[in-house]
Amino acid sequence: MTIAARELRVERWTPASRLGAMLAAAAGVALATFPFWAPSDIMRLVVEFACLLAIAQMWNLLAGYGGLISIGQQAYIGLGGYGLVVLANDAHVNPFFCVPLGGLAAAAFAVPTSRIVFRLAGGYFAVGTWVVAEVYRLVFANIAALGGGSGQSLTALIGIPRDVREAVTYWIAIALMAATTGGVYWLLQSRLGLALTAIRDSETAAESQGVDVARTKFIVYVAAAFGSGCAGALYFLNALRISPDAAFGMSWIPLLFFTVVIGGIGTIEGPIVGTLIYFVMRQFLSDYGSWYLIVLGVVAIVVMIWAPRGIWGLLAARTSWRIFPLAHIVRDPRVDA
Amino acid sequence: MNAMDTVVQGALLGGLYALFAMGLAVIYGVMRQVNIAHGDFIVLGAYSAFVVVAATGLSPFVVAPLTALVFAAFGYALQRTIINRTLGNAILPPLVVTYGLSIIIQNVLLQVFSADARSIQIGALGTASVALGAHLAVGWFPLIVFGTALAVAALLEFVFNRTSLGMAFRAVADDPEIAQVMGLRDGQLFAYATAISLAVVALAGVFMGIKFTFAPADGPNFLIYSFEAVVIGGLGSFWGTFAGAIILGVAQAIGFALNPGWGILAGHLVFLAVLVYRPTGLFARSAQ
Repeated sequence: MTIAARELRVERWTPASRLGAMLAAAAGVALATFPFWAPSDIMRLVVEFACLLAIAQMWNLLAGYGGLISIGQQAYIGLGGYGLVVLANDAHVNPFFCVPLGGLAAAAFAVPTSRIVFRLAGGYFAVGTWVVAEVYRLVFANIAALGGGSGQSLTALIGIPRDVREAVTYWIAIALMAATTGGVYWLLQSRLGLALTAIRDSETAAESQGVDVARTKFIVYVAAAFGSGCAGALYFLNALRISPDAAFGMSWIPLLFFTVVIGGIGTIEGPIVGTLIYFVMRQFLSDYGSWYLIVLGVVAIVVMIWAPRGIWGLLAARTSWRIFPLAHIVRDPRVDA
Repeated sequence: MNAMDTVVQGALLGGLYALFAMGLAVIYGVMRQVNIAHGDFIVLGAYSAFVVVAATGLSPFVVAPLTALVFAAFGYALQRTIINRTLGNAILPPLVVTYGLSIIIQNVLLQVFSADARSIQIGALGTASVALGAHLAVGWFPLIVFGTALAVAALLEFVFNRTSLGMAFRAVADDPEIAQVMGLRDGQLFAYATAISLAVVALAGVFMGIKFTFAPADGPNFLIYSFEAVVIGGLGSFWGTFAGAIILGVAQAIGFALNPGWGILAGHLVFLAVLVYRPTGLFARSAQ
């Protein structure tokens, strides 16, 4: 039996994903009102969450879609942070404008860096990016004008009223969270996103279908550096102080690996779920020393071996929930009826 | 400090780095994978020997081979039970699982031993030295480490190139599917490779613990040094790894002599320079 093509409908959105998107939009609007009523310690936490989520989304774009497993994204987090401090403290640029400028600085460094690290593949690429982050850490620790190993404070904010500073920082954070998540979603629906998804599924097959794998990976590497740089600048705008260890240190790495893997790599929802889990565990278990890291390490190993698509992958396989649907679903009215 | 002395001390430091790096080279040579927990296993080896020496009073030189045996058994079991489940075409699973192990080892050591630096004492031998001229003296212990590294490199070259086990290792590394068709069991071979790697790692860890003070978070740096030595040397040859480690040690020693803040950075820069100008390494035996 043949089916006339006009009887079939192709859909991307399902009722569940429409509801999810509406809830996400409502949550975004509610979050934006925080500066009018929420206490400032809550706002600082939301800003930190937004930074971590943005970094996780960028790592997911890089590792989950681009197949570039980097252990060195803290290079760009730190460059964004130092970009903010240098531009705001020394060049007297408005500190809030320095958030996107920090991202641009990170992206500018990513262009030549990619020429070096792209000579390595797979696991060697991973450790190579880590060496690059360490090089940046050691170089900044040797620059006396930037405070050397002990770093410096963000003095450019002196003179800005505290409530203004907190509110503007907060809104930038909400905007960054929306821009990175929405940006990845938009990117994946574009021609480049199609190429990326193909590379994720099989690099060889993508190449044989005419996808320019090297160029696509380069674009993704620089885009992820830009997003991570913005997040780094915002993080240190919120923290008010920077040092080479805080900026380029290894303590960023569990965030990259564990949140995205546990949440569900290669999905947009996964990093959100993973960052929520990471954040809640850190807030409630950090009184017990580093146990939360041990627990996260065990969970990441278990997830990687027995549920490699992560928590969101498990949910998505059993339900039709998609907050950011990317797949096209073919509907046949006669079957549905 | 004269230049000759700096180079000799750097080369001796490179002997320790060679021991660090050969364990990583074994795993990459057989599985084409990087063990992110490599440096943390070195630190774990040092803590294990530290505890045994403190509890039994045995000489660290007796404890070192015992630790190597225990680590070999541990490596075999770890590969068979956990890491073999991650091997396939995807590069992410082995990286995530070994990174997870890295974080678990670091933080368990932190909970058990605190962040205080420890060291393993070997008494008078720790400071004894032999004069090699009017202005140059080298310690006996660094010489022992250097000699051990040479012996390990020679042994690994022999195993990989002259034995049937080594032939099987190279076969699974080149083409796991064809090797399986020929009757080789890759899971078993990978477990042997990890056992060999961790035996060398344990030895390296005990020597590291004698030479330096160590703390739970030191592992990642040792992973990076090992990785740099392997890449500088080029893949496919343990002598290449050995030479890469010596170059790294000398680069760090020259950097430290110029400015204490530049030592490790100088090593990283030599690594990046090799990557830019000679991406297959200086002494690569094969193109891959």
